Amino acid sequence: MLKNSLHRIGAIIERDLRRFRRSPTLMIVSMVMPLVQLVILGYAFGGKIKNIEVGVVDQDHRVPAVQLKGMFNAVAANARTFDTTSYSDEGKALADLRNGSINALLVIPPEFSRKVQAGMNPRIALVEDNTDQFSSSALASSLTELLGAYNGKALPPRLSNAVTLSVVEVYPYVPYIQYLLPGTITLAIFVSAMIGGGIIFIDDKARGLHEGYLTTPLTKFDLILGFNLAGAIKAVLSGLVLATLGSVIAGIPDPLNLLRLMRMLVLVALTALALISMMFLIMVRVNDPLVPRAIFGVLNTVLFFPSGAVYPINAFPPWMKVITTIDPFTYAVHGFKSLILKNTGLMAIGGDLLYLGLFTFLAMAAATMLFRRTL
Amino acid sequence: MTSAVHASPPRPEFAVEVDDLTKCFGDFCAVDRLTFTVKHGEVFGLLGPNGAGKSTVIRMLTTLVLPTSGRARIIGHDIVRAANEVRQAIGVIPQAMTSDLDLSAWENMNIFAKLYGIPREKRRREIKRLLEEVDLVQWADKPVKMFSGGMRRRLEIARGLVHEPKIFFLDEPTTGLDPVSRVMVWEMLTRLKQERDLTIILTTHYMDEADSLCDRIAIVDHGKLVALDSPLTLKASIPGKNVIEVSFADIPAGWQQVLEGLPEVAEVKAEELVFRIATHNGPRTTVALMDTAREAEVTVTSLSVQSTTLDDVFVHYTGRQLRDALQAPSAKESPFIMRR
Repeated sequence: MLKNSLHRIGAIIERDLRRFRRSPTLMIVSMVMPLVQLVILGYAFGGKIKNIEVGVVDQDHRVPAVQLKGMFNAVAANARTFDTTSYSDEGKALADLRNGSINALLVIPPEFSRKVQAGMNPRIALVEDNTDQFSSSALASSLTELLGAYNGKALPPRLSNAVTLSVVEVYPYVPYIQYLLPGTITLAIFVSAMIGGGIIFIDDKARGLHEGYLTTPLTKFDLILGFNLAGAIKAVLSGLVLATLGSVIAGIPDPLNLLRLMRMLVLVALTALALISMMFLIMVRVNDPLVPRAIFGVLNTVLFFPSGAVYPINAFPPWMKVITTIDPFTYAVHGFKSLILKNTGLMAIGGDLLYLGLFTFLAMAAATMLFRRTL
Repeated sequence: MTSAVHASPPRPEFAVEVDDLTKCFGDFCAVDRLTFTVKHGEVFGLLGPNGAGKSTVIRMLTTLVLPTSGRARIIGHDIVRAANEVRQAIGVIPQAMTSDLDLSAWENMNIFAKLYGIPREKRRREIKRLLEEVDLVQWADKPVKMFSGGMRRRLEIARGLVHEPKIFFLDEPTTGLDPVSRVMVWEMLTRLKQERDLTIILTTHYMDEADSLCDRIAIVDHGKLVALDSPLTLKASIPGKNVIEVSFADIPAGWQQVLEGLPEVAEVKAEELVFRIATHNGPRTTVALMDTAREAEVTVTSLSVQSTTLDDVFVHYTGRQLRDALQAPSAKESPFIMRR
């Protein structure tokens, strides 16, 4: 009985893998696309903002103003956070700001130097294009730092009672591309789960192929376990390729560490099973092959972004944290972050593994109950 | 391992027993209280137009669709309560082509054989033998997507027999095939049936196919059984031995009564300007018909005389033409054909 069941499950897996092997495009798409996503997203979000165009209107022209402009030019020449352009006409500078020729305008007012020398709370103004929050925030931060240096020209007292904070980083600096890698591996597994999960059965239904095997002694459980295991094997391949190549591309230290790769294999396998089971459950009563294609985009967004793959979970509103809590992506991403960025052991991600295992069991049980063995 | 000898259960009297079988989808009943039996070793045809319910009958008998009411047994196994035993006993060729295009012929059969738990050595032997029987052995390693429709159908027939079923269901096995492939499939089925002691149940809307293959035919329309007998008996059961199909450019009032009065005429059915005249003597009625049309100045636009076919049997029992069958070549068409 069990032997026959294993035979049947093996046949379903064999059929699916043989088809997969003969479709190199599918293999490439499921593995390469997430890599492309990793590189594009990693560098699109991860870099330091540079070359913000700042116009400078000096209405003072005296020594303190010139010193201040000198410091701006030094930043422009070295850190290159911004480039400066001098304006003699404030009206022209404002017009350029509004039409987007420059991103911000720094105005040094006529009485600036006199107020500096008299200690009368001197001010300069930054007029900024706040439609781009990232640039304006980077500029404000750079200018605040610059003004701090300008104000602190005098030597500080040898002994101070001001409290300062010393930051000690436990791990080496993590660029954004490395931060994104755990989410990208999970996404690669999910792409394979989408292609190889319920959609294969729906395509079989659309082409009438399922009539062929529904008249054989296959049980519901044979079918579901066979399809899920076949999909999981493909997803594991995708996940492992991504975990290895992605680690190399993202610059993870010692990317081919065998022990870490073995630990990742465990997490990749459980993630693959959880996501495949979830997809099969979602698609178990769907007959129209257009339905999965229509919902994949939304599903991707609903699962990927609330998982903490691209932004910390702590920033999410309460309703989104509900999705985060039940989303299997969350546990996969957390697990991969621990293994890749912190190089922990499996014990440290025991909770993640437990959740993914439980999720797989429940999704597969529900799919078996809902699956229709008849047409 | 026990040494006790288990006596195999006695073979039931019928291979298939269908009793009041009904399948309704909401208010619409696709199969309506169908009752028939099929003997062991018989080729049994379910005949009917598209939508008559014949595929639904097959799907119920092959456990793909649950009946709304009634019962059916396949070699004594109830199709609902013992569905798994039924699946072991039957081979099914569904209407749609269900072989995997990406796999080779051998792989398709091998995977199917594994689904039935056939051991490796037996699997290898049986697949080779079946591929030889369906004349595909030289294409065994080629992907099915390179096959023609006829080759693919032959492969599916071989695949359906890989576990040595007792009953073989074929749902419109030759639909979409060219005439040569159709004849090849017929010959193959006849040979396989003899070699393997199979009971075959097939659906078709090709009259010549049913006539050529079936020992008995059940004509189904609107989900009901309208006639059941051997092709010969069915043909003998309707009036006349020839059918004249004639169409006119225009007809005067009372023309049908005029045609009914022609010599040897048994029955006249009209559909606008087309008349089907059942007659005991085709040539004699045709000559009289032409004379009558000339005298009445009625123009004959086409005329053909045929021996009685299952098509005529169907028209007789259901009162309508089999549209799909009209496209199929008729093997029994008389050379006496006139067109203007």
